[in-house]
Amino acid sequence: MSETILEIEGLTKTYPGGLKALDNVDLSIRKGEIFALLGPNGAGKTTLIGAVCGLVRPSAGTMRVFGEDLATNWRAARARIGLVPQELSTDMFEQVDRAVAYSRGLFGLRSDPARIEEILRSLSLWDKRKEQIRALSGGMKRRVLIAKALAHEPDLLFLDEPTAGVDVELRRDMWKLIGAMRERGVTIILTTHYIEEAEEMADRVGVIRQGRILMVDDKSALMSRLGRTEAIISLVEPLAELPASVAALPVTLTQDGRQICYRGGDGSGKGKAEVAALTKALTHAGIDFDGIDIHESSLEDIFVDLVEEREAGAA
Amino acid sequence: MGFNFQSTWAIYTRELMRALRTAFQSILAPVLTTSLYFIVFGAAIGGRMPDLGGVDYGAFIVPGLLLLTLLSESTSNASFGIYMPRFTGTIYELLSAPVGVAETLVGFVGAAATKSLILAAIILTTATLFVDYSIAHPFLAVGYIMLVAASFSLFGFILGIWADSFEKLGIIPQLILLPLTFLGGTFYSIDMLPDPWRTAALFNPIVYLVSGLRWTFYGSADVNIWVSFGLTVGFLAVCVGIIAFIFKTGWRLRA
Repeated sequence: MSETILEIEGLTKTYPGGLKALDNVDLSIRKGEIFALLGPNGAGKTTLIGAVCGLVRPSAGTMRVFGEDLATNWRAARARIGLVPQELSTDMFEQVDRAVAYSRGLFGLRSDPARIEEILRSLSLWDKRKEQIRALSGGMKRRVLIAKALAHEPDLLFLDEPTAGVDVELRRDMWKLIGAMRERGVTIILTTHYIEEAEEMADRVGVIRQGRILMVDDKSALMSRLGRTEAIISLVEPLAELPASVAALPVTLTQDGRQICYRGGDGSGKGKAEVAALTKALTHAGIDFDGIDIHESSLEDIFVDLVEEREAGAA
Repeated sequence: MGFNFQSTWAIYTRELMRALRTAFQSILAPVLTTSLYFIVFGAAIGGRMPDLGGVDYGAFIVPGLLLLTLLSESTSNASFGIYMPRFTGTIYELLSAPVGVAETLVGFVGAAATKSLILAAIILTTATLFVDYSIAHPFLAVGYIMLVAASFSLFGFILGIWADSFEKLGIIPQLILLPLTFLGGTFYSIDMLPDPWRTAALFNPIVYLVSGLRWTFYGSADVNIWVSFGLTVGFLAVCVGIIAFIFKTGWRLRA
């Protein structure tokens, strides 16, 4: 198992009004992974990031980063953490290259124009380096925030909704960039509303709701465990009952016997194989059909099911 | 726990660059305003006023006018310096960086105080165009100006953390500091006031600042120089204590 880079135990944050934004959160992040933290609005994602990055004062719990206790050795730990916030918070009148150089200095590193150039070029910001940040588009401002977070070469990077409000092309560019950072050994924790983003990039996924971590798992294991295949087979003639040869499969008759609905599988391909077996069995039984609609559940389906299931359980 | 010089330098230089970026507002505007005071009170009206304590009226108002600018500029520079990152949200970067109260203070307050000292030098140079004056204790004058600039930059820093709107940011400098400075002997000696106003004036803390700076210029003042000096150092210490408390508790900085 990989080395643990961030260890959170019993983290709780209760705001003065009584709102419990984090409730006894335990979480371990492994070195070099991309971890996606998913959750509905107000689930506590940003509060969790804020607690690690020093923006939020925890009410209880411990956090260890790179083996250092954040409460006592915060200087050493923070010097190796980068944060890209959700909001486009930048000094709008500052020049791009100066803003990035400032971030490097703020985190205690000497000026390094070559490194700054490398970062700006990697984010396609080099041509904009002398422009004031206010003159940039929203997507480019987001890149400036990433450049600022990378200026001190962090080992652990938090990306809070990194692609919120950016167009599809830029989002793909960001994914490539995040992949490249992982290649360099940076551990990345991201929150996102685009579950597709987590599905595309994450090694592990955590789901948080009402300040509690509902589950943490490898993305592939999660998909395999909770993934489903759904197939709708439209029949030429309605059936009164299902043939005995398909009774062992998870199928039902719907639409007054005009459709056979299959719901099963485990996200590993078992569902597709069973649908193929189903169609063969129908053909064998002389049952004609004129359409098949097959759908593999995405991480988004799993996420929605998981959150709704917990909400129903809590109600 | 160490002191992060690199971080401090980054904050300090960025704050100074911000002043250069807004040079008209930061430097030219206060110099122009002070020059107008010198023209009106020093050159125009001053010629018809009697000497005060053996000092020509035009020269007499130099320390007070200098202090008027120092107090307002130190306070507003430092308060804006920390309020703007809070307002725009860029404070996240400072709070997540490996910097503590010492680096933050030296960076922000140091830059605000430096701007005030640059202004003071320009104003004193400009004043020579309008009035003849001399400085009896130049080293003490520079030291006292630095002390006042640092104290009110600290005060401004507290103001910038306390304020949660631009209106609040302007209330203290405009509705409290400015009137107290005008009534604090900038344009007159409090000895000229009849009782009970003279006694009442002694409750105005700005009187001690004006008097202290005037002593370094002309060797005489309304109150003892050591009282002025002691009160200024005490004010500085209280401000440092409040800021240390703010950072320790995260008041208005961390959620």
